[in-house]
Amino acid sequence: MSRAPILDRLKILADAAKYDASCASSGTAKRNSTGGGIGSTEGMGICHAYAPDGRCISLLKILLTNHCIFDCHYCINRKSSNVQRARFTPQEVADLTISFYRRNYIEGLFLSSGIIKSSDHTMEQIVEAARILREEYDFRGYIHLKTIPEADPEIIHRAGFYADRVSINVELPTDAGLTRLAPDKDARQIEGALGKTSSDIVEAKDAKKRFKHAPRFAPAGQSTQMIVGADAASDADIVGRASRLYDSFGLRRVYYSAFSPIPDASAVLPLKRPPLIREHRLYQSDWLMRFYNYRPQEIMQATEADGNLPLDIDPKLAWALKFRERFPVDVNRASREDLLRVPGLGVKAVQRILASRRHRTLRLDDVARLTVSLTKVRPFICTVDWRPTLLTDRGDLRALLAPKAEQLELFAA
Amino acid sequence: MTALQNVRPHARYTVQLPRSDDFAFWRERARALIQCDVPPDKVAWVEPGGSGDLFAADGMRLPAPSADAPPVRASKRYLSLATNAALHSDPQRFALLYRLLWRLQANPRIMEDKADPDVRRVEELAKNVRRDSHKMHAFVRFRQVEEEGGAEHYIAWFEPEHHILRANAGFFRRRFASMRWSILTPQGTLHWDGETMREGPPAQKTDAPHGDPVEDLWRTYYASIFNPARLKVGAMLSEMPRKYWKNLPEAALIPELIAGAQQRESAMVAAGERDDGARLTSLAAIGEAIDSCRKCPIGCLDNRAVMGEGPGDAALMIVGEQPGDVEDMEGRPFVGPAGQLLDMHLERAGIDRSAAYVTNTVKHFKFTMRGKRRLHQSPTAKEIDTCRWWIESERELVKPKLVLAMGASAARGMLGKTVSIAKARGAPIMLEDGSELWITAHPSYLLRLDGEARDRQATLFDADLAAVQARLAELVEGGVP
Repeated sequence: MSRAPILDRLKILADAAKYDASCASSGTAKRNSTGGGIGSTEGMGICHAYAPDGRCISLLKILLTNHCIFDCHYCINRKSSNVQRARFTPQEVADLTISFYRRNYIEGLFLSSGIIKSSDHTMEQIVEAARILREEYDFRGYIHLKTIPEADPEIIHRAGFYADRVSINVELPTDAGLTRLAPDKDARQIEGALGKTSSDIVEAKDAKKRFKHAPRFAPAGQSTQMIVGADAASDADIVGRASRLYDSFGLRRVYYSAFSPIPDASAVLPLKRPPLIREHRLYQSDWLMRFYNYRPQEIMQATEADGNLPLDIDPKLAWALKFRERFPVDVNRASREDLLRVPGLGVKAVQRILASRRHRTLRLDDVARLTVSLTKVRPFICTVDWRPTLLTDRGDLRALLAPKAEQLELFAA
Repeated sequence: MTALQNVRPHARYTVQLPRSDDFAFWRERARALIQCDVPPDKVAWVEPGGSGDLFAADGMRLPAPSADAPPVRASKRYLSLATNAALHSDPQRFALLYRLLWRLQANPRIMEDKADPDVRRVEELAKNVRRDSHKMHAFVRFRQVEEEGGAEHYIAWFEPEHHILRANAGFFRRRFASMRWSILTPQGTLHWDGETMREGPPAQKTDAPHGDPVEDLWRTYYASIFNPARLKVGAMLSEMPRKYWKNLPEAALIPELIAGAQQRESAMVAAGERDDGARLTSLAAIGEAIDSCRKCPIGCLDNRAVMGEGPGDAALMIVGEQPGDVEDMEGRPFVGPAGQLLDMHLERAGIDRSAAYVTNTVKHFKFTMRGKRRLHQSPTAKEIDTCRWWIESERELVKPKLVLAMGASAARGMLGKTVSIAKARGAPIMLEDGSELWITAHPSYLLRLDGEARDRQATLFDADLAAVQARLAELVEGGVP
């Protein structure tokens, strides 16, 4: 088979990979190359560049091939799509990763693939690229492998020994959506594979505790991705599904990807994309659940009548406006949990407040020094010299706090 | 000799730092000064190139603390912040650190008071330095040069905001231990040869190599991974401020990518544009509308739309692929060679064609010219999906109890996915509205075979039709025929 120059293929296969949201390279085992090989991971992920879509570029995120025998309607690489096709060999992927890594462009590799020949064959190829990196280059940077739920569990298992993170996309928040838009995929098979990987991770961690030389298995855990806005699922459905996924499979992250128009789109898809801000609101609610002790039911309480989160204000503020009786909160007395509910106070600000109030009674000025913006916080707190009195109960509070709609500055850069 | 004898009460002291990032040196001097009880307003800290304190006595020796002076206390938190804050470019940083250390002696827990202005400022400085270090880890870009003997040397030019070069040597050594590399900055240089680290004098941008062929690959990657449908320039700028752009090979593409983004997105949307509007309410209206349908390239060929025909309330709907040459000329479905073959088999199975609604998945004839002949071409999956709108509209109006889809295109038109005829035939598939879908081969497939293969397929086709007839009889029994 004659091959196009690597530059042309990189263009096609990077373009095809951009619909995967994850680019995380953090939270894995610490490694460095002082004993040989190349690369290091030191806990914190590093974003080596940012694209104008605001997303970080930390990993070389490409597909091994965009040929695919599946026909999922939301996917640009589906069988019936008219896009240009290309493929890399595992060796080429490994070489490209190393030459980028040596120049400090990336933290590592995120490899995914369209399904060629069979799921097993494809998974073998993905694992082979990781094997070359780890065994032949002695690469100690970050590797994220997308696994294929339909592939032999044995091959997926091998992926976990080379990769820092493995992921399987659940694709759509509802089973009905999956049947309609990804007719070749099976929700039960996907959850089965998530479950298998999750137990493999737990098992390997357990073995590591008892035997020092037990191999590491996906030390950065597993994650998944859901497409938002391609089917009729509401934010409440999505948040519910995400929280079930976190609970049942111990996922590190659930990523949301706002369905975006793709070239040569399938006729089954909605043509209009959901507002990008919807994806942002879902991430915010994800944050609230993971770091602010909100239960999924509480996020659902913040949704509006149609089951979606408001777009003009963030979910934390939306929740606070619905439960005004819980405010104002006294920053000099309130518990950590109550302070975390105050719109505008982040986890760090709350920590600072808790530390400082052991030394002084906080005034509004002090709070101003500890937070980013006082305007947002003010209606919901009281200090020695400040009480919001009527402010908390004003009917137009939402309008006062909602960010002013702004014309996007397109040519700012 | 006691500390007090050593210190002149009203003297001002100037400490000259050997290097801007020499925290160890500062720490030693600061400890001695505190032990000698020299208050913050009596000390000036001068870094190389900086101006001294006008009122300080030049050349005055620093006091030496007595042996029994109390030890200087500094909390862990203070030390970890100060190590970073000392690298900041703010000329006041050493004075601030000394003042805070001085206050720390009287109030050992002052670091916990996050609302204290000095504590806040030190935290801020440390945070800026950590961020600058982090950005250095991210934005250093090595360029490879071949040295004599073929050895590879990776060289980067970087302009940090603070004095962080030396502090970050370890990061690059741990990561690229087996490489030979140099990082050049306006404040100094680092050289690692695989075994030892060497420091060098400040460098200039022109000392670094000018390009690297791999940068073309990197720029290609950067431009391709960017999704034009989700432009968020603000988010990019807050993490990759313009001041770093000049040394990033990919940054030159940014203005162009942003300017092109909207065009690319509207092109993507336009390419998939369909304005289907509401469903039409009569078969006649559909017949009229498909004639002017240009939603896919087939509609733009020199052909006419062929509408389905048969009773508007038929219990059986027979769906083919698309009109052929004869159908296109006559404007009716299944009247060409394949239609004649179908008629024969329907008769054999006892199915009355005139009681069935007969139609096609794709409404126009797709062909290429071969000489004077119009040669049939299969529709693409995309074209079938586009045309699904019409066949679904027909099905909603006719409401058949059973749909017979002939061929892979018809099956796709019904199911939205491609199925194998061999696997799907012979058993019903339940459709969303409760009607049954039966799949079989297209009669034109039989036409293309001959001999034994044709006989075998004809038998299978007959068996499918017989099964459909039997099932249809069950379905309409007692109901409307």
